[in-house]
Amino acid sequence: MSHLVQLASEEIQNPLLPPIPELVIGLIAFAIVFGVLAKKLLPNINKVLEERREAIEGGMEKAEAAKTEAESVLEQYKAQLAEARHEAARLRQEATEQGTAIIAEMRAEGQRQREEIIAAGHAQIAADRKSAATSLRQDVGKLATDLAGKLVGESLEDHARQSRTIDRFLDELEEKAEAAR
Amino acid sequence: MLKEPAVSADPTQVLAFEVDCHIFDGCGFPAPGLHSFVFEPLFTVGGIDFNKPMLLALVSTLVVVGFFWAAFNKPKLIPGKLQMVGEAGYDFIRRGVVYETLGKREGEKYVPIMVSMFFFIWIMNIWSIVPLAQFPVTSVIAFPVGLAAIVYIMWVSLTFKRHGFVGGWKNIAGYDKSLGAVLPAVMLIELFSNLLIRPFTHAVRLFANMFAGHVLLLIFTIASWYLLNGIGIAYASVSFVMVLLLTVFELFIQALQAYVFVLLACNYIQGALAEHH
Repeated sequence: MSHLVQLASEEIQNPLLPPIPELVIGLIAFAIVFGVLAKKLLPNINKVLEERREAIEGGMEKAEAAKTEAESVLEQYKAQLAEARHEAARLRQEATEQGTAIIAEMRAEGQRQREEIIAAGHAQIAADRKSAATSLRQDVGKLATDLAGKLVGESLEDHARQSRTIDRFLDELEEKAEAAR
Repeated sequence: MLKEPAVSADPTQVLAFEVDCHIFDGCGFPAPGLHSFVFEPLFTVGGIDFNKPMLLALVSTLVVVGFFWAAFNKPKLIPGKLQMVGEAGYDFIRRGVVYETLGKREGEKYVPIMVSMFFFIWIMNIWSIVPLAQFPVTSVIAFPVGLAAIVYIMWVSLTFKRHGFVGGWKNIAGYDKSLGAVLPAVMLIELFSNLLIRPFTHAVRLFANMFAGHVLLLIFTIASWYLLNGIGIAYASVSFVMVLLLTVFELFIQALQAYVFVLLACNYIQGALAEHH
């Protein structure tokens, strides 16, 4: 014990002089730390850090690719949408034009049909009037002839003369009507 | 007040708590001193007497290796909590110290030794405030000296390897033609400073900081106990507050000194790698 105290008091005189056993133990202790860390543990973690870096970079690349793709798809969609809009506008325009054309055509057709119908009506009316006039003239002639025959008692056989007489009569009537007008 | 000059000689009187002595009891203040840094051997293995600092150094090894083993033995791409903490510490030294001073390309191979050194020193320092241990291993000069010697050998050998024999000496002596007449004086000073002073300051900076910190903690810890009598209790409480404050302060210093030690080591290596400055 006194020897140890002696040793201790010697060391007390030189706090800056390293005691050898401590020096050796310190170096051994550090060597163990360094050995394990440098040979095994730090390479371990370096590998994982590298892997992680790659994974992150890979992920970023993937994200970048996805972003590019999304952008191109968006662009495509936008183009398609614009095209569709354009197409729709064009169709609408066309439809409007066609509608207008159809309406115009229909109107023209209607007009034409109306005119046709009117014309046909006029013709019909004219024809009817003509035939009515003709038949009337005949009937009136006949009635007049019959009446005249009855009154005169004489049969007017001569058809030509008969009709001339009637015509003349009618012409006179017409002239009178003209004059009266 | 009685002064006891013999108090410093006997290592058995180191701890105030063992000496159940308070103020006004007629005994003097058992001031800490150099004797506080000398320990009786606890046991002997293979001719080496193991004392408390040595044991704590070995436990530091266990702590550092154990922690990094747990954190990095089976590292995962998506880290767990422990691995995350380990990675943060590893990255702090790798990027914050080694890459900053040496660059990524040159620094890469010095990363393991700097990481080992930082954490080893830090844990050795931390024992200062760990209950029951309560002793910074690095306040025994042998431990900083061993580590400083490793750094010294590294950078000196690297200087000569990088610049050749003459170039190496020029690098260490700070040879610079533009200095002209004062060049010999500068070279002499640089040589002296780099080769002799540098390793000394490197080791002593760490040693002295931890030594002083431990003495401070001891003074207030012992005082807290010593003053615990009568009116002294009021002063003891102040002293105890100081113990708490200093403990926090030491916690900061411990990490800082480990950081400074490693940073300087990197600076020395950087100087060895640099072209003539």
